[in-house]
Amino acid sequence: MIRYIISRLGQAVLVLIGISLITFLLTFLVPADPARMIAGRLATPETVARIRAELGLDQPLPVQYGRYLWNLLHGDLGRSYAQRIEVTELLMSRLPATFQLMVAGILAEVLLGIPAGILAALGRSRWPDRLGMVLAFSGVSAPQFAVGLLLLYLLGYRWPVFPLGGYGTWRHVILPALTLGIAGAGWYARVMRSAMVEVLNQHYIRTATAKGLPPTKVVLKHALRNSILPVVSMVGLDIGVFMGGVVVVESVFAWPGIGQLAWQAIQILDIPVIMGVVILTASFIVLGNLLADLAYPLLDPRIRYK
Amino acid sequence: MSGDVAVAEAGQAPSRNRILARFLRNRPGIVALMVVVIVVLAAIFAPYIAPYDPDQQFFDGLTLEGMPLPPNARFPLGTDLLGRDLLSRLIYGARVSLIIGVVANGTALAIGAVLGTVAGYLRGRVGQIIMRITDLMMAFPALILAIALAAILRPSMWIVALVIALVNWVWIARVVHSQVLSLAEQEFITAAVAVGASRSRVFFRHLLPHLVPTLIVWGTLGIASSVLLEASLSFLGVGVQPPTPSWGGIINESQSYFLDAPWLVAFPGAAILVTSLAFNLLGDGLRDALEPDRTGEL
Repeated sequence: MIRYIISRLGQAVLVLIGISLITFLLTFLVPADPARMIAGRLATPETVARIRAELGLDQPLPVQYGRYLWNLLHGDLGRSYAQRIEVTELLMSRLPATFQLMVAGILAEVLLGIPAGILAALGRSRWPDRLGMVLAFSGVSAPQFAVGLLLLYLLGYRWPVFPLGGYGTWRHVILPALTLGIAGAGWYARVMRSAMVEVLNQHYIRTATAKGLPPTKVVLKHALRNSILPVVSMVGLDIGVFMGGVVVVESVFAWPGIGQLAWQAIQILDIPVIMGVVILTASFIVLGNLLADLAYPLLDPRIRYK
Repeated sequence: MSGDVAVAEAGQAPSRNRILARFLRNRPGIVALMVVVIVVLAAIFAPYIAPYDPDQQFFDGLTLEGMPLPPNARFPLGTDLLGRDLLSRLIYGARVSLIIGVVANGTALAIGAVLGTVAGYLRGRVGQIIMRITDLMMAFPALILAIALAAILRPSMWIVALVIALVNWVWIARVVHSQVLSLAEQEFITAAVAVGASRSRVFFRHLLPHLVPTLIVWGTLGIASSVLLEASLSFLGVGVQPPTPSWGGIINESQSYFLDAPWLVAFPGAAILVTSLAFNLLGDGLRDALEPDRTGEL
């Protein structure tokens, strides 16, 4: 088990190094000159040259990348070009909002998706299944920004139950979480359904029913426990994706999370911030996958890692 | 499905009639196919169907205060901020959505299929490298990558399609890879090799035909996600640029007025939903028909 974790962590480090390299190379596609951006439009060529030397931008690429990686290992992601503060500080300041939206969003997905998936599985090949799956596909196919804006219009303006965007109380998080939930629940429902259908065909379910257990107990206790695994791995994936910020939803709801930070940074090509967000997100995606895999043996004792 | 049919079909491709029969039994799939046909026709014949020129700004298309008009007899879906007919813009927007959806997903499918088969069939060093690259891409925040690329590369329709392809090929490559791996283990491939068929003959005559259903299914499902991604990029302002009408772009332009003019969000949003949903349901129906043993998979 420990050996497994160590080898997975090793792979994760390799993936992250690869991602930092790709991101680093991508930033050289940027047509703008960072030194000039920092110096401002009125700066003299000497100032620009000085800033370039300060940032090490006059060094050859491998040296620049090596330096970036070295700083990264020390937890230093560089300074934002635009805001002149440490990228780590910027990221940290966005974490509470991001974390709050992540928890609420995953909760919404799970609460909407799992019951829908179970109901579809129980009524498989009949109308609850068909309806459930069309609804699930609709959730997946709905553009999040339109859903978010319409929720804002209906529940923030026409019938003002929730605030019109922003961040602060629990009331602020409901609509963005619901927007994320509607899309995500579609995936959860589909995964839940197919796992549940498979389990419901097993002999032990027939045994449980035959010995006279009430159907709710058969489904919620015997079947659910054995079909929840794929959902767990989806939550693991979602942790990664949501921690990296959900750009569209955060933009619609003016939610001050990492997604908005990324979006602002992309618009002004604030490269250290973009790289910081990408590396942070990738770390969480890798970590989320690892956590999901580690949760497997806890939920299903038949699974063991060597 | 009854057992004898399954036995009869094992190992050989099911006949066309049977595929058609299976598809026709799937009602959401049929409705989806009809919707897809309607959207495609609307896109092709946009100039004949659209009531007005999508770029024409009407004097009577705005209220006296300069606000867009809600749906009315003259403008069935209302007007936008510049007094343009929303229905006409939506019909022309179908062109952008479909072209990008098809081009982006076609490119992703080509890259994914080639890399997936190479990695699965040739294995070895090259295959290893390809699969490690897909691992990398899976850990990459896809939307941030797409937004950043689109912003850096100066958005145009083809760039947007390319960016979407770059993000989406990974999934196809992984599906194709796993399928090639399992196909290559099967007896009929071993048999073909044993009777002395050349590597390329085994590949093109025996392996490739079995990948066709997967490619058709993913070719359809992928259009749905490409349409959605294009809409998201255009909504953020790094996709298709105005004045070209695109569904995401229309919502982006109207964003600050959506409380007063919700139809400017609702109708384009519905257009995106209906198109994406139709391709998803069609893809799902095709999977049920083409690969009955994989029904219910994601």
